[in-house]
Amino acid sequence: MWTEEVINMIIKGIGETLYMTVVSTVLGYLFGLPLGVLMTVSDKDGLRPNAALYKMLDVIANITRSIPFLILLILIQPFTAFVVGKSYGSTATIVPLVVAAIPFIGRMVESSLKEVDKGVIEAARSMGASDMRIVMKVLLVEARTSLITGGTIAIGTILGYSAMSGTVGGGGLGDIAVRYGYFRYDMGIMIVTVILLVLLVQVFQTVGMAIANRLDKRK
Amino acid sequence: MSGIVIENVCKTFLAKDGTVEALKNVSLTIDSGDIYGIIGMSGAGKSTLVRCMNFLEVPTEGRVMIDGMSLGDFSEKELRKQREDIGMIFQHFNLLMQKSVLENVCFPLYIQGQKKPEARKRAAELLEIVGLSDKQNAYPAQLSGGQKQRVAIARALASDPKILLCDEATSALDPQTTSSILELLQDINKQFGITIVIITHQMSVVREVCNHVAIMKEGEVVETGLVSEIFSNPQSLVARELISKDKGSDTENSRTATQPLIKSGEIIRIVFSENSAFEPVIANLILTFREPVNILRADTKNVGGVAKGEMILEFAKGSTNVEAMKAFLKERGLAIGEAIGYVD
Repeated sequence: MWTEEVINMIIKGIGETLYMTVVSTVLGYLFGLPLGVLMTVSDKDGLRPNAALYKMLDVIANITRSIPFLILLILIQPFTAFVVGKSYGSTATIVPLVVAAIPFIGRMVESSLKEVDKGVIEAARSMGASDMRIVMKVLLVEARTSLITGGTIAIGTILGYSAMSGTVGGGGLGDIAVRYGYFRYDMGIMIVTVILLVLLVQVFQTVGMAIANRLDKRK
Repeated sequence: MSGIVIENVCKTFLAKDGTVEALKNVSLTIDSGDIYGIIGMSGAGKSTLVRCMNFLEVPTEGRVMIDGMSLGDFSEKELRKQREDIGMIFQHFNLLMQKSVLENVCFPLYIQGQKKPEARKRAAELLEIVGLSDKQNAYPAQLSGGQKQRVAIARALASDPKILLCDEATSALDPQTTSSILELLQDINKQFGITIVIITHQMSVVREVCNHVAIMKEGEVVETGLVSEIFSNPQSLVARELISKDKGSDTENSRTATQPLIKSGEIIRIVFSENSAFEPVIANLILTFREPVNILRADTKNVGGVAKGEMILEFAKGSTNVEAMKAFLKERGLAIGEAIGYVD
């Protein structure tokens, strides 16, 4: 069973999983971070309360988050095909991963930023800081540790989602686990892929927490 | 110069159950270069008032003028510029916890558009003024409360303000640290001629540093004047209460003022044991005998739904019902003793 072919396949799977996870997380933050900031700022005790905007973002975030990923994956296949030209493989999987990650990351960012002490924001305002400066130099800096912890959780979740996409030929370790474990009853390969997935999450988690702790100046 | 004039300021907040009037028609004049205290119990509206002075809270009605210019007339951008002239420090210091002491002081300088090297140089000078040169690279979490407030003061001074607002700046500090911070504020006032407004609930703070004081109660200014005059001749009840609470003042005066009122009938001590928690014993006693009873002291705690503790009661002078009233109390399971050794 452990032919060179299988080993190469697993190595390729690890590469695809990392590719999907990292690219999706980066793209997710590209949109999710501004979404979280916007939700924090427009909420009723935010810097620029705007009930209509907040409600709209809130609803959008909730709708996307309430659709199970596996269903979202299938639901937006036409969109995925439109964006990348095909609806299977690891590059195509990035599309639903990003769509699912944006509201999830937005919510994480929102809750991190809302932890920032209101008094510090008030102090910045009293010094004549603009809202933009408060976001960039107070909110994002003071919430740094929490944001990185959130990022660690996000990357773990996205990795898990990427494995789910294996059921529809999404590539990566999840794909291998489904094909060998589910369709061919090859428990050996499935267990190996599962162990690899667990290890990957562990690595991300450990590294993320180490960075967060190192950057935290509160202790 | 940098006087603060507050004209008929009202501030109403929308709360869940209707509106709350935090400030009711407040007018004040604070002269340039003064150290002005605003004192009141919590909830008196003093924190709201001080936030109206830099428009962190925008008054619902009335005007706030700094240097003769009304803050309400400024655009948002002009207002931010104006705020650079008004430093503020807070009860909980409100420092950036993820930034070093030096970078905290640099923050307002960056707002003014200064570059890193010049901002750092200026920040180092400011830290020297507040006596924290050796803590430049420390983080706020490594400092004591007093040191944190010194950093906050250095930060507030960075933009060369003409006014410094202090919102309960010493309330989280122990008495000794409080004194050292007040001394620092006094030095700053003398050295730079900065007008200082001090919000506090501690009369001792006002007594130590302020020249003038305004006393607030329930959103209104009830008394203003020179600190020395208010201490020697307080007009309002709140002023008298606050002064009598100030342990550093001469408490003998307040003692003799209140003592005659409570010197008359027989005084007894009642001890609550167990079963009297749900019955309003004293209220029923008064209703039954239709006679006033004075509660001189009460010290009760609710322990698992049972009132435990004691009360010192005084019956009306010349009352004929004293024995019957004692019996009434005993019937309800209260132990009665003589208030021997009762000294206020």
